[in-house]
Amino acid sequence: MLSPDEWQVLALSVRVALVSVACSLPVAVLVALVLARLDFPGKTLVDAIVHLPLVLPPVVVGFGLLVLFGKRGPIGSVLDAWFGFTFAFRWTGAALAAALMGFPLMVRAIRLSIEAVDRRLETAARTLGGSPAFVFTSVTLPLALPGIVTGTLLSFARGLGEFGATITFVSNIPGETRTLPLAIYTFTQVPGGDAQALRLSVIAVVVSTLALAASEWLTRRARAGR
Amino acid sequence: MIDVDIAERRGAFQLDVKFAADAPIVGLFGRSGAGKTTVVNAIAGIGRPSRGTIRVNGHVLFDAARGIDLPPERRRIGYVFQEGLLFPHLDVEANLLYGQRRRTPSERVIVDERVVELLGLQALLRRKPATLSGGEKQRVAIGRALLAQPRVLLMDEPLAALDIARRREILSYVERLRDELAIPIVYVSHAVDEITRLADVVVVLAEGKTVAVGKAGDVLGRLDLPAATGGDEAGAIVEAHVTRHDAERLLSTLEFDGGELNVPRIESAVGERVRARILARDVSLALRRPQAISILNVLDGTVTAIGEQSSATVDVQVTIGAALVNARLTRHSVRELDIRLGRHVFVLVKAVALDQHTFGHAEVSA
Repeated sequence: MLSPDEWQVLALSVRVALVSVACSLPVAVLVALVLARLDFPGKTLVDAIVHLPLVLPPVVVGFGLLVLFGKRGPIGSVLDAWFGFTFAFRWTGAALAAALMGFPLMVRAIRLSIEAVDRRLETAARTLGGSPAFVFTSVTLPLALPGIVTGTLLSFARGLGEFGATITFVSNIPGETRTLPLAIYTFTQVPGGDAQALRLSVIAVVVSTLALAASEWLTRRARAGR
Repeated sequence: MIDVDIAERRGAFQLDVKFAADAPIVGLFGRSGAGKTTVVNAIAGIGRPSRGTIRVNGHVLFDAARGIDLPPERRRIGYVFQEGLLFPHLDVEANLLYGQRRRTPSERVIVDERVVELLGLQALLRRKPATLSGGEKQRVAIGRALLAQPRVLLMDEPLAALDIARRREILSYVERLRDELAIPIVYVSHAVDEITRLADVVVVLAEGKTVAVGKAGDVLGRLDLPAATGGDEAGAIVEAHVTRHDAERLLSTLEFDGGELNVPRIESAVGERVRARILARDVSLALRRPQAISILNVLDGTVTAIGEQSSATVDVQVTIGAALVNARLTRHSVRELDIRLGRHVFVLVKAVALDQHTFGHAEVSA
């Protein structure tokens, strides 16, 4: 049904989106927890920085990544010298760009759900002998689960559709960084590529719909659990 | 033994509470806003007093001067909250076991089977909190707190969210806990009938201060208390035991140190100790023993205190043997009968004023 090239694009896109979500989720939970529960000087600034990718043009984010994480960038050169690891022009760079663009959406959803958890339940858990860390994993996280699922889905969808930051940071390399949106864009640039672009667009619709359905199902399960 | 001596300032509210109590059930009594919850929170380690000490059974939980402030999870204080606060994502069984699993096997003195049986939770184990009634939730909350193996159980207005039938049910469960488990209970309430029924020692709080500490019978009969606690149900408690039931007349007779009380037939067995609460407005005084009267209880007493006389009603305290009873009279009657300290009077109590629900089962003490 799908050609080998289409499979490759699809597999790459899903891999990029999944890896970006998996790596950013723990960080997002931590940041959401800090923003939801702690008051400290500069909190507004942290909040603004987290939300920056949402309001900046994606190309600017991609350019920023290129400057920082490029082979000669201040962070990229260190990673390359110490770990032999590069983001530039690799699929890992596409995942980084996707993670960054999806991060504010993820933090927002998780933060709201943590704020909605009745803190007195946590107090009750403490009086029952639970340490703060245990209470967080046994009470706060399960109760915030619907928001975590929603945030993860939003970020996954954002990663799947990420275009501007990706093409600026890691270019459009077939088999390496050419995800669905980039492939669709490429086909629209060549004469007679419209049919191919359409086929890939349908794939994008199907994958996104599946992800939405999966998250609905997970959220309902999490809610039914109480 | 619960030993609390703390002070805390929050805005205009100044808390300054000091009491030491060693009893199966300590009642913390006062109107809302008196600081009761602040005190139990401090015992549980929620919120930190600015000064003082808190000790339970010799364990120092808090000592501001020595910089000791154990976190809640290390205090081993069971806390039953007004709203239950069951974990909504866990079923009843998982709620019950939440605290037990945090204790080492050697600390698990109270076993889950026992608690399930004591509180009648068997049929609820697989249910989710959202499907439970208010009374069921409170029973689960009590069981959950007990299984965390506490040194003392705090109950903060556990009946507040319940209807009258559920209240009676939970009260009798609390009595079962007291009789069958050796865990001291601090029972917080603004309702004098709950305190009467349960508490052995009563600590009265008003506007953040301890205004009285002592045995329930002594404290709750004090004339100055209604003013401090805002209750208009002034009254007194008489500790008694059941001497006989009269099947034909449908009466039960209670004996106390000072005489006998006849009451409409009650459930308690002969020999059982009960605590009767007599409201001041159900008590009349007479200078001569009345004849041909429907009132069954006529007791000899001596006036030992007369309350504030500026309003239309006056509370008069009468000592009968070792018991105290309060009578609420009009000021007119007080003057007409020339009620004064040391005067010998007959105390008239209608038997029907003492129906079943004013009784508490006093702890069976040796």
